[in-house]
Amino acid sequence: MPTAPVPDLIPAIPEIWVGASALALLLYGVFRGNKHTREVAWLSVLVMAVAAVLMFAVQDGRQVTFSGAFVTDDFAVFAKSLILLGSAVALIISQGYIRNEKMERFEFPILILLATLGMMMMVSANDLLALYMGVELQSLALYVLAAFKRDSLRSTESGLKYFVLGALSSGILLYGLSLIYGFSGTTNFETLAALYSGPAAESPSIGLIIGLVFLIAGLAFKVSAVPFHMWTPDVYEGTATPVTAFLALAPKVAAMALFARVMVAPFIGLLDDWQDVIIVISMASMVFGAFAAIRQTNIKRLMAYSSIGHMGFALVGLAAGTEKGLQGVLIYLSIYLVMNIGAFAAILTMRVKGTMVESIDDLAGLSRTSPMMALGIAIFMFSLAGIPPLAGFFGKFYVFIAAVEADLMVLAIVGVLASVVGAFYYVRIVKIMYFDEPAEPFERPIGREMSAILTGSGILTLLFFIYPAPLVGWAQTAAAALVP
Amino acid sequence: MIVGAIAFYLFAGMIIASAVMVIAARNPVHSVLFLILSFFNASGLFVLLGAEFLAMILVIVYVGAVAVLFLFVVMMLNINFVELRQGFLQYLPIGGLVGLILLIELFFVIAAGITDPEVVALASAPIPPLSDLTNTEALGQLIYTRYVYLFQTAGMVLLVAMVGAIVLTLRQREGVRKQSIARQVARTREESIEIKTVTPGSGI
Amino acid sequence: MEDLLREYLPILIFIGLTLGFAILFIAGSYFSAEQRPDTEKLSTYECGFAPFEDSRSQFDVRFYLVAILFIIFDLEVAFLFPWAIALRDIGLFGFWSMIIFLAILTIGFAYEWKKGALEWE
Repeated sequence: MPTAPVPDLIPAIPEIWVGASALALLLYGVFRGNKHTREVAWLSVLVMAVAAVLMFAVQDGRQVTFSGAFVTDDFAVFAKSLILLGSAVALIISQGYIRNEKMERFEFPILILLATLGMMMMVSANDLLALYMGVELQSLALYVLAAFKRDSLRSTESGLKYFVLGALSSGILLYGLSLIYGFSGTTNFETLAALYSGPAAESPSIGLIIGLVFLIAGLAFKVSAVPFHMWTPDVYEGTATPVTAFLALAPKVAAMALFARVMVAPFIGLLDDWQDVIIVISMASMVFGAFAAIRQTNIKRLMAYSSIGHMGFALVGLAAGTEKGLQGVLIYLSIYLVMNIGAFAAILTMRVKGTMVESIDDLAGLSRTSPMMALGIAIFMFSLAGIPPLAGFFGKFYVFIAAVEADLMVLAIVGVLASVVGAFYYVRIVKIMYFDEPAEPFERPIGREMSAILTGSGILTLLFFIYPAPLVGWAQTAAAALVP
Repeated sequence: MIVGAIAFYLFAGMIIASAVMVIAARNPVHSVLFLILSFFNASGLFVLLGAEFLAMILVIVYVGAVAVLFLFVVMMLNINFVELRQGFLQYLPIGGLVGLILLIELFFVIAAGITDPEVVALASAPIPPLSDLTNTEALGQLIYTRYVYLFQTAGMVLLVAMVGAIVLTLRQREGVRKQSIARQVARTREESIEIKTVTPGSGI
Repeated sequence: MEDLLREYLPILIFIGLTLGFAILFIAGSYFSAEQRPDTEKLSTYECGFAPFEDSRSQFDVRFYLVAILFIIFDLEVAFLFPWAIALRDIGLFGFWSMIIFLAILTIGFAYEWKKGALEWE
């Protein structure tokens, strides 16, 4: 047997950099101690920024390496940019909380870094095994993060819940992958795409279809789409707020991007077989997310239902299965990320007399106690509801257009109706802030980074409609990279 | 090959029987022991498939380490398993339904037969024939070169598991006297002994 | 395949023999001995009292940490076997690939050592 050549490492430079830096920071942290958590956190943010720079530097169309297990293309670069942005911002906005709640342990930023590495691997997977390893690396770090505040019973409970259900879903995912491998004889996406584009796509064996269904079920858990959403509200509510913010930002984007890649890159020929499944979970998520959120009183729980709904909207674009649809998914994810960054940054400033509060009623009368913050939250809520001309509207607009063009009228109509119902609970928050009697004012000031992030995401959300072309164009290139 | 068939049914039957016993045993420690028995039989099945390396790893890792971990966990959690089983009958219908659906799916999968013929032609088979190489050697030739990406990812996953276990369970205890070898070695005569002149009859 | 399984035949025979003997001894003692079951024979004897509590005592969570760390290094070692056998064929790249893998886990090892996870106190 000839000696194997060294694979081309250049396309994977960002991943290698993040992995190596995580190792270095782990050693740095353990030798300097928990007092230097803040340094480790800022260094991690720097690592992510450098990774983004490296990623754009080595980007060169579609590159496949590691015997076909790893791919970088415009789609991966787009998704990784969102992931790195989401993780870095989640780390920055968590700083204040960590300091105030005595959670200063240097493992926190390192676990976020390792989870980010897993997410980057997920969106770059070109092989069923690479997909699974990426998902596992990300999930394992997330389970630990969910239980990170180990002296709080609720955080531990949410970590355990997340772990048990997550392990179950990983098992389902792996079962699906092994069925696909068993019936096709390959794990490589390109080979699979070649297999299921010709006559084999007309009548794929039922074993493969069952494998595909298991795969969808496993991934639907990771994006928390109905009926695999049960963990989301409990985990979001129980875990520490910065972890909730992180869970709602980067992992959602990564899982959704992975979902899009694994459905489209190898299995686009089987669109007729998986489209119905995606339509059903998409509708169920939109409707459930809208109705279940109405009665919530806890803002973190509300955001959990909101994210279930938003994943349903993103799935609308995937259900279309066209380039337009994928473009819609990517635009939706970008806007979702920006809106949620703002919303969670605002939630993280909800402190009264030294303790975090998370009830919606605590926001009452915010317009009088801190008008700028109330205005910011109002913008994010209106945008999450999808009210024009804010950014959230455009996200929904692009996926619905794609659905209509793919003859999925019913799906689009259900989506519009669900967003009308959903608008109710977002607007309710605005009403509480502006028309109710003021509650205890929140602690001020909130810190420079926090206000910068709030302002930035607020402006992006508010003024996106003036110049949407760069994002729309970039998303189009990215989507084109995926659809053959 | 009749012996092979007998061995297969023996191992497969034992796995199912011991798996049933894992959930039916009254004593949790017995459950773990039955789990170990089913691991052993699974490794027997791997041998029958020609996957010797996996069979041995199953024994080393699962029986040697994972089962011991399970025993620790069983001993650590003071759970009354009789109480835990109260709701068993209540959940039986829904659990049975899920099991039934999986069984039907499995039936479909078997009925669908094996791989599509044209698929076989396209699929790559990186593993050399078993007659040329032993199982372990064939794996060794692939894991570290062709699948290096997955191999290193596995390393990172293990690292996360390590960090996670320490983050969640390690607690620094207060007031524990530890041996610090470096400090012992670094002790000099000046700081450890002191010479005093004692005048007679006065004491120190 | 056939040859491979034939090599395992002695082990199968061995398993069969042990199984046979085990059944023989248990069944033999069951049939030959006198059976007079009594619940008192199975109850715990503790200086004439009924036992106050369950004889199982709760383990410390530190056992769990040790077991987890053991599993991780056990898996690491499992990866060494095929590597050692195939080292001649996989060349320098295969060699360094394993060294990197070991380095990752050695960093983990340094971390847990410094953290004090290996100390029992």
